[in-house]
Amino acid sequence: MKQKFYGGVHPAEHKEATEHKPIQLLANAPAQVVIPMSMHIGAPCKPVVQKGDEVMIGQMIGETAGLGAPIHASVSGKVVAVEPRPGTGGVPTLSVVIENDFKNTLSPDCKPRDNVDSLSAQEIIDIIRDAGCTGMGGAGFPTHVKISSAVGKADTIIINGAECEPYITADHRLMLEQGEKIIGGARFIMKALQLPHATIGIEDNKMDAVNHLKELVGDAKDITVEALHTRYPQGAEKQLIQAITGREVPPGKLPADVGCCVFNAATTAAIYDAVALGLPVYQRAITITGGAVKNPVNLIAPVGTPFSHLIEEAGGFDGTPARVISGGPMMGFAQYDLSVTMGKASNCILCLSKDEMPKTSPNPTCIRCARCVNVCPMHLTPLFMNMYAKARRWSETEELRLMDCMECGSCQYICPARIPLVQQFRTAKFAIRQQAAKK
Amino acid sequence: MEEYKLSVASSPHASSPVGTQNLMRDVLIALIPAMVMAIYVFGPRALVMTLISVVACEIFEWGYCKLLHKPNPINDLSAAITGVLLAFVCPVTLSYGILIIGDFFAIVIVKQLFGGLGTNFLNPALAGRAFMMLCYPVPMTTWVLPGKEHWASVGSAADAVTGATPLSVDFMKGGLLPQIGNADLGYEPATLADMFIGNVGGCIGEVSAIALLIGGIYLIARGVIRIRIPVAYIATVAVLTLIFSRGEGNAFQWMLFEIFGGGLFLGAFFMATDYVTSPNTPKGEVIFGIGAGLLVVFIRYFGGYPEGVCYSILVMNICVWLIDKATMPARFGVTKEMRQAEKAAAKAAKKAGKEGAEA
Repeated sequence: MKQKFYGGVHPAEHKEATEHKPIQLLANAPAQVVIPMSMHIGAPCKPVVQKGDEVMIGQMIGETAGLGAPIHASVSGKVVAVEPRPGTGGVPTLSVVIENDFKNTLSPDCKPRDNVDSLSAQEIIDIIRDAGCTGMGGAGFPTHVKISSAVGKADTIIINGAECEPYITADHRLMLEQGEKIIGGARFIMKALQLPHATIGIEDNKMDAVNHLKELVGDAKDITVEALHTRYPQGAEKQLIQAITGREVPPGKLPADVGCCVFNAATTAAIYDAVALGLPVYQRAITITGGAVKNPVNLIAPVGTPFSHLIEEAGGFDGTPARVISGGPMMGFAQYDLSVTMGKASNCILCLSKDEMPKTSPNPTCIRCARCVNVCPMHLTPLFMNMYAKARRWSETEELRLMDCMECGSCQYICPARIPLVQQFRTAKFAIRQQAAKK
Repeated sequence: MEEYKLSVASSPHASSPVGTQNLMRDVLIALIPAMVMAIYVFGPRALVMTLISVVACEIFEWGYCKLLHKPNPINDLSAAITGVLLAFVCPVTLSYGILIIGDFFAIVIVKQLFGGLGTNFLNPALAGRAFMMLCYPVPMTTWVLPGKEHWASVGSAADAVTGATPLSVDFMKGGLLPQIGNADLGYEPATLADMFIGNVGGCIGEVSAIALLIGGIYLIARGVIRIRIPVAYIATVAVLTLIFSRGEGNAFQWMLFEIFGGGLFLGAFFMATDYVTSPNTPKGEVIFGIGAGLLVVFIRYFGGYPEGVCYSILVMNICVWLIDKATMPARFGVTKEMRQAEKAAAKAAKKAGKEGAEA
């Protein structure tokens, strides 16, 4: 199969540890969940509960303040604190701490809808908004905003089942086990956007998922399931659009500007839950894997479950972990504190053993092999950007289109000299933004 | 849960298994077939010269960095490649002393004085050869013919039988086919098979086109070098010599003599593709190859030297920064129409500004 987007790399997949393991429920529910009020792009939510309040599963505990999506309780119990707690992003985040009463009382508002077929487009968008749906693949863009801004502009709906990051299998298992929800969710999106067709893009290392979804779609013509040549970063929005439609999203523009609207597979399933079953986003599938855990698993866990608890569910550490990452190895965030909790966009906790750690060099020397230029999906020249950024010549770095960089890490992955390119670019971007703010 | 010391770093948390040293080692492996053919054709002195050159390069590199308190770079094996390549572009009769002077020039002057690995702008081995050609023109152009007698000449090269390289002035200017054999046994024209396998006179590493081709294919298959430069380079030479044939025989035969002879394969696969001194953009690589190919034919047809590979690559090395600047990849998401519109807008703005100034 031919590759259809520019550049990219193919890191060792490491998916075999969990790709055949069904998504399990937690063996032990967490005694306490810490739900961050900022799990999406935009303004943090405003807590609407206070210390001492009793809450039920699915009850709204944070309301939107500006761009955002509401947040719901993931366990039933008592709010014990509303205070900043360590977040996966490295900075303390205002969070609601709920002590689990283990009764799993579901909020009475959460009940299946019987009028699903008669819902209007706007009603579906409102339901998605109230259910707190956000992009569940990483960035966490509020889904209802994405849909409303694309109404009338988009002509193509893409469901992102690429899951191009190594190790992660949560979406893969979701597509295999809850394919009906993804098909159903895609049809709700089609209705909301008033479009007759959607395409589900899946990498060809998950042919079982491709075939399963194709079977589910059957003879229906409204959904196409497309197998894509496996290559990282296929799951990046702009690259997936390029792979499926051949269109390139212009710099500074949104996918809707080229007529596309992309939804993650897990988000699509969550949309089905919200619209058909009346369930807000309070839990999600997550892969706990890596060489440093005893028994890698796919779990479905309440939002706000601490990393330490999830790692215990995977049998605990096997030996000493070298690095624990929230997300995949290419774009995930390394954690130093395991009391941090999973959010709506957490698809993986990766515990690397010492052997799996990336190679570094004490004295990285660029040999100008131009491998970075050849793999950059955004047509950049990382080696020159690094040269200027290292010399702190920010304006030249910016002229080389540093701001187009999406930090996918392909350049640093392929670099034979082990230059910390992405870190250099992050530093440069920060400096450039600061400079711009001063002006 | 117990407390663990967790390391924190910026993503990505994965790295390709291929490092600088692996790449350099692959280049050395790819040079083995050419080395074997060199020993077969020129005797053990070829191997001894190559080893001396490698050791000298590594010592100069290590010594320079030690003197300047820089980190020790010899593990990256790049100096070893320079050593092998420099020996490969010398005649087997060259004295060890001159070779070591060439090594010094290549490593210290060309590479380290400009900042070491990754920052030199000329290919060190070729610059070393150019330097030796200027300083020692006679020993650098004393060719030996292939034969068994070379097996005795490790210590001194004085008694080797000398003769002309296939790409002699006669060949280039007069279109005479190259000769092999020697004065005692009589000359006979070299066949294409001789040239392809390497049964001809010339520099140590350049004689066997097939050995170099095997090495080049290995490098491309392993992903060490990209195919654009060698293909653009060889194809340009092939097309030009086919169109402007000078031989008495048919044009196709003349073209094959041209591309198998005179180190073109060595240059195309191992020297023009040197990471540091070749362009970094895909388009730039093609331009670099075509430019070098044009220069080879110009030098061979109109220049004073029968050879052209060394200088063609050196000249193109100097142009790399310009090529890179001119061939920056198009911005993602910016279509041709958008670029044209932008250009037109800039033109209009300029025009408006001019008119405003005039008024």
